[in-house]
Amino acid sequence: MKYVVAIIKPHKLEAVMQELDKEEIYLRTVSEVLGCGRQKGVTEVYRGVKEVGNLLRKVKLEIAVNDKFLEPTIRAITGGAGEGEIGDGKIFVLDLKDCIRIRTGEHGGEAIG
Amino acid sequence: MVIMDKINFADLTWVMIATALVMIMTPTLAFFYGGLVRKKNVLSVLLQCLIILCVISIQWILFGYSLAFGPDKGGVIGGLEWLGLNGVGMAPHDTYMNTVPHQLFMIFQMMFAVITPALIIGSFVERIKFSGFLLFIILWATLVYDPLAHWVWAKDGWLMSLGALDFAGGTVIHINAGISALIFVLLLGKRQGIEHPRSPHNLPLAVLGAGFLWFGWFGFNAGSAGAANIVAVSAFINTNTAAAAAGLTWMILDWLINKVPTMLGVATGLVAGLVAITPASGYVTPLSALVIGILAGIFCFLFVSKVKEQFGYDDSLDVFGVHGIGGIVGALATGLFATKTINDAGNNGLFYGNPHQLWIQFLTTIVAIAFSAIMTFILFKIVDMIIGMRVDIKDEYIGLDLTQQHETGYTLYD
Repeated sequence: MKYVVAIIKPHKLEAVMQELDKEEIYLRTVSEVLGCGRQKGVTEVYRGVKEVGNLLRKVKLEIAVNDKFLEPTIRAITGGAGEGEIGDGKIFVLDLKDCIRIRTGEHGGEAIG
Repeated sequence: MVIMDKINFADLTWVMIATALVMIMTPTLAFFYGGLVRKKNVLSVLLQCLIILCVISIQWILFGYSLAFGPDKGGVIGGLEWLGLNGVGMAPHDTYMNTVPHQLFMIFQMMFAVITPALIIGSFVERIKFSGFLLFIILWATLVYDPLAHWVWAKDGWLMSLGALDFAGGTVIHINAGISALIFVLLLGKRQGIEHPRSPHNLPLAVLGAGFLWFGWFGFNAGSAGAANIVAVSAFINTNTAAAAAGLTWMILDWLINKVPTMLGVATGLVAGLVAITPASGYVTPLSALVIGILAGIFCFLFVSKVKEQFGYDDSLDVFGVHGIGGIVGALATGLFATKTINDAGNNGLFYGNPHQLWIQFLTTIVAIAFSAIMTFILFKIVDMIIGMRVDIKDEYIGLDLTQQHETGYTLYD
């Protein structure tokens, strides 16, 4: 079991979700986050004063998958979110120790399914 | 002292209050539109509305008022005699609200000149280039609004001479803005990534806007009586009645067709009712206003929810569907329901034995549609060639607030 965390551009969320649907991966948690990479964010101006280094809006996707779904998940995210540009985002893959379905108490791979 | 004798101070007080009511409609419209766009673009819409208030206020004083209401040149345009308000003083004008200072009539009309171009904003939100927008608006106000206002409202304007009835601006404001909006988006094209309908980012903000539009509209319509008199009271009641009828009609249609009553539906409906009653407000009975509101609800609902989908144009916030269609419904309905029992300075419509009025209303509507469509097409092409009308695709995706203004409407952390 893996836990996939991806940081993507907000306007790419819809495309990524469509790609995930195609791969039949329906579980996802999405949150709005702020972040920056090597570009060090954006500059904003308020009443003539520049604020350097403001963070950019990003979307964070979290998806728990069984091992055989890992590659399709990565494929869907890169396919949907990639523009070949700086700021496209990153995917982090973590080992997942366990997963419990609250309703039934099932553990592991079955609980993810 | 001679000037003071000609002024009725009840009229002066009412028109001044009405002017302030119409002024607040533009910032209010900003909230209405601002709530309906995605949150990355909220400030762009607010800025567009507010800067129009600044720009047209100045345009109007410098030359706009003179072009619209200045001494007539062949029924087509006002002369330049009143540039910089030269000769527009405190003495009442003979024709324009002849019991209040001429300058008060001027600033009352200014607020109409401000809100009309602001209405068009709803069509091209989320993709417009600010510099192109600004040039277009100045040209549009000068070459489309000012002449049309002259034709319909000025002494000896040619549509006025035909006997067209437009109490508070159904033709000059709503048909004009609605048709321009349609032509504009047909030339501009759709927003990126908008294949699926997007939910408004802040509906409470939009409802705040719609509510205060209703409030401001009392100044818009009842103020257009130009005096504290019974026609103003009629217009006041009709405004309220039509807004209520159209909001309710929209809710019923939503409930029947989409199976749920919705907040945005009621807000859109009431605005459609306000639009449609505008030309008729000082000429019809309250029960006619009720019917006009119902008609506006039905026709605008049809265009917003069915026709737009059918043809696929991205009139983003339904300026054509609400103002264009509502304006046409109102202009024609005035030709049906107008009665001299409400306003003897008006005329009778078809239902009161004067079918000719309906013909005049129809003619005026066609002229307004043709004029604003052709002029918008030409002005769009010119500005598009000089400056460009659209932002880069990438900027559109990131949002206009951050890319065009370097600001954000909302923060995630303090």
